[in-house]
Amino acid sequence: MLLKYDFTFEGLLTAVFMMYDEKIKDLQLLRPEQSQPSLFSDMEYIITDDSKASRVWKGIAKKGGVRTQQLLYRVFLSELPQMEALILSFLRVFFQTQGTVVKNPAHPLTSKLLEIQKMIGREKHRMDAFVRFMQTKEGWYVATIAPDFNVLPLNVTHFKNRYADQHWLLYDVKRNYGFFYDQEKVQEVQLALESTAPLTHHIKTFCLSEEETRFQELWKLYFDSTNITSRKNMKLHLQHVPKRYWKYLTEKQPILKK
Amino acid sequence: MNFDRIKEKLEILADAAKYDVSCASSGSTRKNKNKGLGNSSGMGICHSYTEDGRCVSLLKILLTNHCIFDCAYCVTRKSNDIKRAAFKVQEVVDLTIQFYRRNYIEGLFLSSGIFKNPDTTMERLVQVAKKLREEENFNGYIHLKSIPGASDELMREAGLYADRLSVNIEIPTEQGLKQLAPDKNREDFIKPMRKVKQEIQLYRSEKKKFRHTPVYAPAGQSTQMIIGATGESDAQIMYTSAYFYKQFRMKRVYYSGYIPISYDPRLPMIGTEVPMMRENRLYQTDWLLRFYGFDIRELLNKEHPNLDMDIDPKLSWALRNLSFFPIDINTADKQWLARIPGVGMKSVHKILTGRKHQTIRWHDLQKMGIAMNRAKYFIHCPGTPYDFKDRTSSQIKGLILGHTTSKYHKTYNGQLNLFENATTSLTLSS
Repeated sequence: MLLKYDFTFEGLLTAVFMMYDEKIKDLQLLRPEQSQPSLFSDMEYIITDDSKASRVWKGIAKKGGVRTQQLLYRVFLSELPQMEALILSFLRVFFQTQGTVVKNPAHPLTSKLLEIQKMIGREKHRMDAFVRFMQTKEGWYVATIAPDFNVLPLNVTHFKNRYADQHWLLYDVKRNYGFFYDQEKVQEVQLALESTAPLTHHIKTFCLSEEETRFQELWKLYFDSTNITSRKNMKLHLQHVPKRYWKYLTEKQPILKK
Repeated sequence: MNFDRIKEKLEILADAAKYDVSCASSGSTRKNKNKGLGNSSGMGICHSYTEDGRCVSLLKILLTNHCIFDCAYCVTRKSNDIKRAAFKVQEVVDLTIQFYRRNYIEGLFLSSGIFKNPDTTMERLVQVAKKLREEENFNGYIHLKSIPGASDELMREAGLYADRLSVNIEIPTEQGLKQLAPDKNREDFIKPMRKVKQEIQLYRSEKKKFRHTPVYAPAGQSTQMIIGATGESDAQIMYTSAYFYKQFRMKRVYYSGYIPISYDPRLPMIGTEVPMMRENRLYQTDWLLRFYGFDIRELLNKEHPNLDMDIDPKLSWALRNLSFFPIDINTADKQWLARIPGVGMKSVHKILTGRKHQTIRWHDLQKMGIAMNRAKYFIHCPGTPYDFKDRTSSQIKGLILGHTTSKYHKTYNGQLNLFENATTSLTLSS
């Protein structure tokens, strides 16, 4: 049966609840933007229900602990096309085997989930590393990112622990949302912009503090001076910093002269 | 801040510091406290990578490149005609904070040329760390260089502010050191190392009694050796390394291929290739000692004083000890799984957990990410398409090398040609 859901994690868990509650054998989930592949298959909408979702969430914890919860949440954040189908078939086996399947890394479903989790972990770690804050006139530190997967929620704790004494904003321009920290708490925010693409440019042109570009220059200079030319190894360089990440990196940008 | 002046200094003092290879920012336990700046309790982060492929994790600079010593292998040696500069304490503090706030770095790695005397230099380094910790409430990572010959009191103080301390012994053999740095002696390097080791031990035992014992160098100490400057053998390097791991509880020993920077006849000529392959093999050996349960005597000994360049040290050991193989994936102990070429510790772990649930078959191994091109000659498991025959080690080596292409292929070619030339000249002379 084909069902449409709202592409939230709670929505997905609600679907799992329905799968058992209504004994749906061949459940397939569609995201809001996906069109219906076949005209004649039945089509319903899942109404996300937090209490149903939370029952499933607790059930997962009971049989597989926090690690399984984390695994599934991370796989959800991957936004990969087959993600829903994979999670549904995994959970069927998971409940059938009283949760033991998650402990077996050689099981095809578990190994697939672990593989995706690893990709997510890598992307999350890259964001911890490659985010470059720019200081604004208000003294806030702002960074825009556009990660391959929706990892921003995973980064929040790291930045909160680290930059406890400064206001910061981390904004995902690809998904148009971000997190703002005001030295007290972190809030999810959405900027009211018509188009998000030029946001980074807008910040660079209008919002930077007096000294910001000077520090960017110093950093770029440091980056160049610490390189050992006689050991040049571009293949290794690109393996560590693939070109798609260069857009974040101050040291890889031409310096904007004011 | 006078940006132009800082720029000039930064260029000189970052350039001079880049030969120190340590970039670790992990292993500390320092957490953000009182809503201050920074946190170094997690894993290390490489914030960028230079074009030579090395990671940039810390702001790595010298406080000054003025130096009273004249070590032949060092760029900042007294007799070298280069631009000199010196940072003020506050300048280093400001740079660190500003870079850290922008998420450029994990912290500071501060080293220095030795001006006036070891104690004055060490004192200045400690001042920077102290200021960062006490005035800026900075909880990022600080790596300070222990200056050879610095007093015990200063070394004690340094460890209270720094996460890691290191002294580079630089030259693996005592004889080499005499040749290249006649005004330094081994004991000067050892002294601060010994003090730091004692303080760390003291901290550990005090910590058990008093919860609030001030933390001392939580990320331990490390050292570095230059490779290929004095014609030492791999065995000499690794035995020295094993000694430092054991005697001084080093967290890491780094190996840095010598980069020719001088026309000194005692050293390799400018333009000599940096021995990167050798460096890689030494690190592999280091890993085998620390994580795989190998003893140094198994890998390097009188019969094999140097590592093979064309194959990794574990494979090389396995080929010398074929009688231990094949190893049964489904029954062997952890320590034996770890000895199979092409199987890393992560795969060992996967095999161990996986086989509790099911028999591990050939295609399971492939999915675990094991390098089957090497491992297949040394294992036994159901479903293998590989037909296990009695092969000699040279046959196996030939098969493995025939199927692998290495990024260092160029380097082997160079060596092979050299060898060929040598044989031809021998035939000619006879």
